[in-house]
Parts: sequence; structure tokens; C-alpha cells
Amino acid sequence: MAIHPTEVIPDALMSSSAGASDAASKTVKMPIGIPDFTLREEERIVPDSEPPVLPLNKDLKYIGKPTERWDGRAKATGRARYTADVQLPGMLYAKFVNASVPHAKILSVDTSAAESHPGVKGVHVIEKILGNAVLRNPSLEQSRYPLVRYVGQPVAAVAATSPQAAEDAAAKIKVKYEPLPFVVDMDLAREADAPLVFPGAADQAGTAGGGGSAGGLTQTGNVHGPAVHKVGDAEQAFKESDVVVDAHYTTQVQTHSALETHGVVADWKPEMLTVYASTQGTASVREECAAFFQLPMSKVRVITEYMGGGFGAKFGAGNPGVVAAALSRKTGAPVRLMLDRQEEHLSVGNRPSSDQRLRIGAKKDGTITAIQLISYGTAGCGTGAGCAGPATNLYKWATLHVEENDVFTNAGPAAAFRAPGHPQGAFALEQSIDELAERLNMDLLDLRDRIDENPVRRVQRQIIRESAIWKSRHATPNTDAGPIKRGIGLSQSVWYRHLTMESAAEVRVHKDGSLEVLSAVQDIGSGIKTVLAQILAEQFGVPPAKVEVKVGDTNYPVGPNSGGSVTTASLTPAVRDAAWQASQKFLASIAPSLGTSASDLSLNEGMVRSKSNKFQPMTFRSAAARMNTDQVTAQAKRIPDYDPKKYDTYGGVDVAEVAVDTETGRIHVKHVYAVHDCGRPMNPTQVISQINGGVIQGVSYTLFEHRLLDPNYGIMVNANLDKYKIAGSFEIPKIEVVLTESYIGQSSTDASGIGEAAGIISAGAAIANAFYNATGVRIRQLPMTPAVVLAALNKPKPQMEAL
Amino acid sequence: MNSFSLADCTSLESALSELKSGAVVKAGGVDLLDRMKNGTDTPTRLVNIRRISELRGIHETSDGLTIGALTTLAEIADDPTIRSQYTILSDACGHAATPHIRNMATIGGNVLQELQCWYFRSAEFQCIRKGKEQCFAFSGLNQYHAIMDYGGCPSVAPSSGAVALLALNGTIELTSAARGKRMVAIKDFYIHPDANPHRFNVKADDEILTAIHIPQPAPGTRSAYQKYGEKESHDWAIADAGILLEMDGDQCKRAVVTMGAASPVVRRSQEAEAVLTGKRITEQTARAAGKAAMTGAMPLSMNAYKVQLFPVAIYRTVLLAAGQMERDPSAAG
Repeated sequence: MAIHPTEVIPDALMSSSAGASDAASKTVKMPIGIPDFTLREEERIVPDSEPPVLPLNKDLKYIGKPTERWDGRAKATGRARYTADVQLPGMLYAKFVNASVPHAKILSVDTSAAESHPGVKGVHVIEKILGNAVLRNPSLEQSRYPLVRYVGQPVAAVAATSPQAAEDAAAKIKVKYEPLPFVVDMDLAREADAPLVFPGAADQAGTAGGGGSAGGLTQTGNVHGPAVHKVGDAEQAFKESDVVVDAHYTTQVQTHSALETHGVVADWKPEMLTVYASTQGTASVREECAAFFQLPMSKVRVITEYMGGGFGAKFGAGNPGVVAAALSRKTGAPVRLMLDRQEEHLSVGNRPSSDQRLRIGAKKDGTITAIQLISYGTAGCGTGAGCAGPATNLYKWATLHVEENDVFTNAGPAAAFRAPGHPQGAFALEQSIDELAERLNMDLLDLRDRIDENPVRRVQRQIIRESAIWKSRHATPNTDAGPIKRGIGLSQSVWYRHLTMESAAEVRVHKDGSLEVLSAVQDIGSGIKTVLAQILAEQFGVPPAKVEVKVGDTNYPVGPNSGGSVTTASLTPAVRDAAWQASQKFLASIAPSLGTSASDLSLNEGMVRSKSNKFQPMTFRSAAARMNTDQVTAQAKRIPDYDPKKYDTYGGVDVAEVAVDTETGRIHVKHVYAVHDCGRPMNPTQVISQINGGVIQGVSYTLFEHRLLDPNYGIMVNANLDKYKIAGSFEIPKIEVVLTESYIGQSSTDASGIGEAAGIISAGAAIANAFYNATGVRIRQLPMTPAVVLAALNKPKPQMEAL
Repeated sequence: MNSFSLADCTSLESALSELKSGAVVKAGGVDLLDRMKNGTDTPTRLVNIRRISELRGIHETSDGLTIGALTTLAEIADDPTIRSQYTILSDACGHAATPHIRNMATIGGNVLQELQCWYFRSAEFQCIRKGKEQCFAFSGLNQYHAIMDYGGCPSVAPSSGAVALLALNGTIELTSAARGKRMVAIKDFYIHPDANPHRFNVKADDEILTAIHIPQPAPGTRSAYQKYGEKESHDWAIADAGILLEMDGDQCKRAVVTMGAASPVVRRSQEAEAVLTGKRITEQTARAAGKAAMTGAMPLSMNAYKVQLFPVAIYRTVLLAAGQMERDPSAAG
């Protein structure tokens, strides 16, 4: 499922001919809204096979309760086996040879010296590169090898008996280049006579995590687009507006920098290709391997036992996956190919930059008459720099005019990155909304109440309004005397209820009372293993730690690719359905030996009871011993949401408190107060943990992270974790999370994801708005380094724009 | 990283005898291994001196302090005598890098670490400091580079320890098998790129930095060091200041102002020192000293902000040394 960042929720995802409208259905009453604020009941028509409506979290024993991470001990003690820990008999180690020039035609690749290097078992020269945008008309380029479009693009790889032998041999591969003119700066790439990254129009498809761009757009030079979205006549609406705010914003390229780099161990055997992958989608790796090597899906197995972070960049097999598999086929041995940190920065994705001109028109009462966003951004030699999601979806407008452009540069291709486009878009939109409020002399929250009808966001703003942190905010900017000034600001975020129906699980009940749940879903660190254990725990009345969770293997029923915050929303209803069905089969299997029928039996809070009091209540475990078979199983797949016409967005309102040192230009984020929703929180501990992570990643993006390419050579100068600066312990603010538990009546768990909406979307704007509150100066450029901050503070105060 | 052999030595004598045909010394291994992983250094033999116990430890002498080269930054930062009498040094060592690195990194390695310029650190760029002609920073990305007295290489002095040692008038002890011991004042230890772009300091390849001597500060001395990075955890200085004040009552008899991140070699600012000498230390004099320290600044295309930042680092550190200001929370790193 490709998610375009700016699209409004596609109905096609939500509806299906099967499901809610089936003849065999029942009407149920479901809780809707937020307890203590807006809770009520609504009727839903659901399939007969659905389990009973799940009560509110407060009435449950395991679901919705803070729960220790199911595999936390394994991770903390080092027992967890990540991809790089996989050791197979006879395994070889592979190393890439990467392009040293930003744009070139490869004339020849001489592998002879590498092949005769001691320990080398195989060399592979890449003939098809993945990840880059692809020419619509491939005949525009005649070349034996893929054109090099950025420094670090993989060219070849060596497999050898040790990492050292592979590295030494890789250094012996001689690549002869015919250099081509290149451009790495986006502004220069937009100029009419700029060197062309592609000789014609090119497109990059998105992944399961989003990114990419619509195909078929116009392309002029390096400018791919615009993708235009127009509703009404914005220009006319501006003329009729009482106030227009007009501002220009820029944001930088950020790399994903997951702790675990991309990599696989590929084991090509005649009977089966097995790929141990650091991936967000076992299904996506399987699909890409099957397609690339023209294998049946049944001959590809993908295993992801533990995952060290992806943030959107780890879908599909990618270049490391297919190259390792090709080397394994060639050598007849398993091959490990893990990227190093430099490669991780260069070749496997990033968040595109943005250059946005944003105009917002409004009436005196705050009603938005028009939003116009003209954006450019570079996704390197890929696409996906659109950032109009917030401008399109956060507030109500009368007219809209969006033009999103991708600008090709000779840099590594972007990939989906946690809430694609949204941190960039919100950085601009939420500052301009604050500016609008100031121009209208309206309270920041009152204006948002007027233009944002989302009932959850409304409650969240009420919580903010009553919070101690918001009450401590200076009413007027630049209040503090002295060089260090304190400020408080806020920003909203929005993400969407995306689902994938390819989400299934099997639940097994054994005669000894043990329980298993199996799904190909991978736990990318956000904790789906724990949530699945909680669902079975709730159904059978056993502690989550006693449930065996088996995930991350395509031998199990298909699982969702974890991108776009889909995993929890997509998979948990299937698991609860399977658990419910397994429990019914379980009761049927014990009824004969208890001298009764299944309809006389109930299983609640771990006790089996007879409605007609045929026997004393007994524990689930002792009842299991009476099963008339060794194992009962049930499989279930996601059914469509109960109300296919309804769609929801998620988000939050985040408040940041900063201290700005106006002499050094340093910003310290002291406190973030984050109010968020994600439907029913299945495990609040993990939800809060994801929000903590989103806030930290957002602070890091806002203040520090910046991929820097030398303009003269196209080489990234900070491709490490030393000079590519990421927030460390001193930079992490106090984070206070408030969850607005929100019921939407859409599935048997009514749960949703939190990954995208968690903090990273709003951090930039919240900090920038806090900076304004502290200093009275707008900062419209990321990252807010001392150089940028001092430049902003040194500028003469801008004049107010004439009405 | 290339393959290499390792000579693991437990005595200075054996280590010195191993220093031949391109072998290089490894102490904490922090900087050397970084450079080897970057592919900029490819030694085939390392001489490990880390286990030579005679080179480790802090000793008070009749006229000051002797610090063994293998003493870690963490040990120096935590030493009570250094904290009270040589505060500038414990400040500098205690705020370098990260706690993990400070537990491994030695003061000798800190003083000897090579430039942090990202062009110098990339195997892809063959620059003037690697025996070639070109500097890539002048026309490239130079936001963290030097703002004064850089000549043909605007990289900045990387060692915060050296900023403190320069203010303390420290001496480096170098030992070789052939020539025995010699002493070099820290002010004469580093080589300006225009004097010789290919050597960073006067240590010969067959010498080991064995100790650092620091004279006892005069009575009434107060000192401090502060480093400003873009962030507080694990960052390099974009501005830093070492301040030593010899006080007579509330008068400053003598002042030393040192900087690392301003130029390729750690430097004293005589202009700033002149402003402070003979004065009562106030915020006004401290700020005037900071401003004076920027005399002759010639920022590059992207680092004019550092000319604004250094005076702040200096005035705040002067006030910290004088006991008139708390340690700057914005300079915690």
C-alpha cells in the first residue's frame, strides 16, 4: 500500500464488499468518544463471527494496562538475536563497492584482482539499481551498468570468508567512470541551465511506508511536478480575505539513522531462498525477492526476529537484499551483507528537504478563506518531497491551492520517513497559523477551535488550556530580561487511519494450557509482540508473559508491513478475532468430557464456568487438560472497519518550552507536554514510549540533524554519528505525555497506531513558536543551529505586512 | 580498516624499541581507531602502550604537577587537587566527548589527536595536511572552521586539554630510545600549518609523549574552561575559552585567555589579556575582553557566527573563573 503523504484518506482502503454488510450480521452497541469528555454509545452492524464488543480499557484486565515489553528482557540482556547476530554454517561476509563520484556513466568494472584475493568466494556487479527514480523512457540512456547518480551508490559487491577479506577485496575492484556534470544544491538544480540528474522524466514509486510521488507529472529540467491540488479559486479568496499571512520556510535533509543499519543474511538453497532481514515488512521483502529473481512466493522465506529501527526506510529487499541473495546463489553459501554507518547515511533513504511558500487568508473571525502552498524539495535522485499533508488536512479551508515539486539532485534517494512530508509541512503551517492568530488578535487555541472541527483535537486543546505549562506561558513575546529567554509554543499534528487488510494471525491452544499466536508481522521496536500477547491474555485470562508470541517469519500467516502507523490498527482485530474463535473451539473441545455443551460454557478471566452449574468453576489450565484433541487453532484475517464511510485522523497537540540563549544562539528544549490520541491505547507504556521517541527525534530534527553535501564534490562530509548531530541525553527535554483514550467503533479492538503522529510532526513548529514567544522573532529555517538562530536574531525586526 | 599487527607493551623501554618502520603508538585508541576506520590512516603495526603503568597517574611535585600521559580524562576531571588548583584542566577534561570516551581517552592522546576537519577526516579528500596542495574547506563547507590566524588550513585545534594546558603554561615530556627525554613548552608544541602543513606538532615518530608537567599556579589564581558546541552531549566546540586569572583582592594582576576552536593551533589572546590585566573583573571588563579577543578575525563564508560566539564564551568564562557566574548550562558538554 503506497501512501501519498498529501492524500486525504482513500475510501478504497476503508470499504469492501465483504464484511459489515454481510447477511450474517448482528447489531452491537459500541463506546464512542473520549471517557470523561465525550463518551457515548453508537450502534454498529458487524459480522456474526465478530467477538463481543471489547469494554472500555478501565474494565479490562490486560488490554489497555501498562504492560512490560514482552521481549524487553531479551533485548536488555543481549539475548535478542538481530540480523547481524545471525550466524549460519559456512556463512560469507559481503561488502559493497560504492560510487565515488556523484554522476557518471560506468565504462568498466574490473573485478579480476578482487576475485583472486584470498578468501573471496564471489563478486557481483550490479546491473539493476533499486531505490532511485526510474526513467519513463529507458532508451534515453544506453549503458551496460546503471548510471551513477550519487556518491555512495552501490556498484558491485564481494563475498568472502571474513569481513576483512571482503573489505580488502572490495578496495581492489576498479571502476572506470565517464564523469557527468552534477548538482547537489536544490536551488542550483532548479536553474534553467543546471546539469540534469536524469535525461528525461523519471518517477519513483513509494513503498509500504509511503514516499514516492504520483507518476505522469510534468518534468522541466530537474523539477518533477508540480502535483497540483486545487479546490475553488484561492487567488480570488485572498482578495476577499481580511488578513493574509505570507511566509517562506526551509527545512533540511534528515537521514533515518536507525541504530541498526540496513542488512540481510541471504541463504539461497535450491529448495528455498531464506532471507534474514532488518525490515519493517517481511511481506515486502518476500515480494521484492520473488519478483526480482522470478521465484514463486512459496520459495521465499523472510525472517525478522528482532529489529533495530527503521523509521520508514526499511521496506523491500533493496540493494543489500538482492545483492546478498545474488551472491548467495553464486557462491552456494549464506551471505551476510550489513551496511556500515557511512553507507547507511548515503544510500538507503532520507527525509527530503523543503522550500515552502505558504499563504493563508482569513476572515476577521478566523475562518480560513484560502490556503496556498507552493513547495519544492529534494529527495535526491528519488521523489517524495511533497509536504502539503498538514496544509491540506489539519484545518478547514474554503479554497485550497497546493503545488508540490520534487527537485532532482545528485544525492541518495529519499525513502519514507516517519510521517512523510508532515514535519516539514507542519513546521510551516503551524507557525503561519500562530502568526495569523496574532494578526487577528485571537488566542492561539481559540483560533484553532474555530478552524479545526476534529472532536478529539478539541478535547486535547482543552487539556492544554488547563495545563500548568500553558498557563505559565508569557502572554506577550520577548518578556524575559537578560540574555536567556524562556518561551512556550504549541503545534498540532495530523495522521490518518491507514489500514492493510493483509493482516492475519493464527492462535493455538494446546492441551497443556499453553497458548501461541503466530503472524508474519515484524516487531520493528514499537512493541506489537507485547500487544498480541495482551490480546490472548485478555481472552484466556493468563498473564501476557505466559503467551508465546511468534512473529517475524513469512511461514506464519501474512502480516502487515509496518509503515504509516498501520500495524496495530490492522492486525489487532484479526488477532482478537482468532483468539475469540479459538476460545469458542476450545470450549467445544472440553464440553464432552464435562458432560455438557459448548453453549453452556463460558471462559472469563481465566475461569471456565457452566451456566447451568454442572460443575464448579475451574481454571483455564485445568479445563484445557480436558480437551478432546491436542490442539485447537483458529486463523483470522482483518475484516474492513465496521463503518466504512467514516474515517478518522489521529494526532495531537504538543507544547514545547524552550530557553533561548540569545547570545550564543543555542536553544534548549526544557519540557514537552504532549497530548495525543491513537484510538484505544492497547499498551499505554509502549504508546508513551513511542511518543517519547517521536519527541526526541523531532527535537533532534529541529535543532541538529543535517545531511551536508560538499557542493564541489557531492560528497557527504558528515556521514557518521559524530558530525551528523543527533540529540543526546543532555538535549532530551522532560517529556510529559497525556493520552486521550478515544473510541471510534471501528473494529474488535478499536485500536490505532501512533508511530507517525507521535511528536515528530509537531516538534519543529512547537519549538519555533516557543522561540517566537521567547524572543519575538520568527525562525523559519531548520535546523535551528546557533548560526541560524543568531542570524535570525541579528536581523532587523520585520515590518508587519500591510493588510 | 586495514589489517595490522599489534605489539602489546608493558614497559616504556619495550614500547620505544618497537617504534620503527612506520609503527604507531596506540594508547586509549580513541582518535587513532577513528582515523583507521575512516581509512585516512593505514598503519600496519600498532604499539599498544595502554598497559604501561609507569605512564599513568597524577603526581604532585615541589613546583607543580606531573601527569602521566596515560592518565584518562575522567581521572583528571575527578582529581581533587586538579579540581581545586588547576580547575581549568579538570573543566576541559571533564567536558570533552562523552563519559564513555573520557574513561578510555588519555591526556596524551587528547593533546596529540589530529584535526577534526571533515575534509581531513575523509579518505576521499586529499588535502594540504595530507601532503597535497589543496584545501577543500575554503570553497566548501566551513561552518565549524577557523576564524583567525589560519593561513592555508582553517581547521581548528581539536584538543580541549591543550586549551587548558596552554593557559597553565604546561610542558610536554617526549621520550625516545635514541635521544632520551626532552621537554617542550605547550606553546611551542604545535606547528602552524603555514610553518609546515604536513606536521601537527614537534613530536618525532620515534618519540612517545610520556608526561605533562604543569607549574604550580601563583597564589590567588582562579581558572575555568567552557566549551560551546551546537549540542551539549558529545559535540565538538564551536567556541571555547580557557581563562586563568591571578587575582590580588579584586584586582586582576595577570590574565591568560586561550581558545581552541578559533584557529588551527591553540592560541592566547594578548588583546583580551591586556583588557583584563590590572582591572577589577566585572561583566563590563569581561565583555570587553571577549570583544578584544576577536581582533584580527577573518571569518570564512559560513562561520561569521563564531565571531559573535567567542566573545560570549570568553566573557562568561571570565566571570565563571572570577566566581561571579555559574557554569553556563548552555555549555554543559
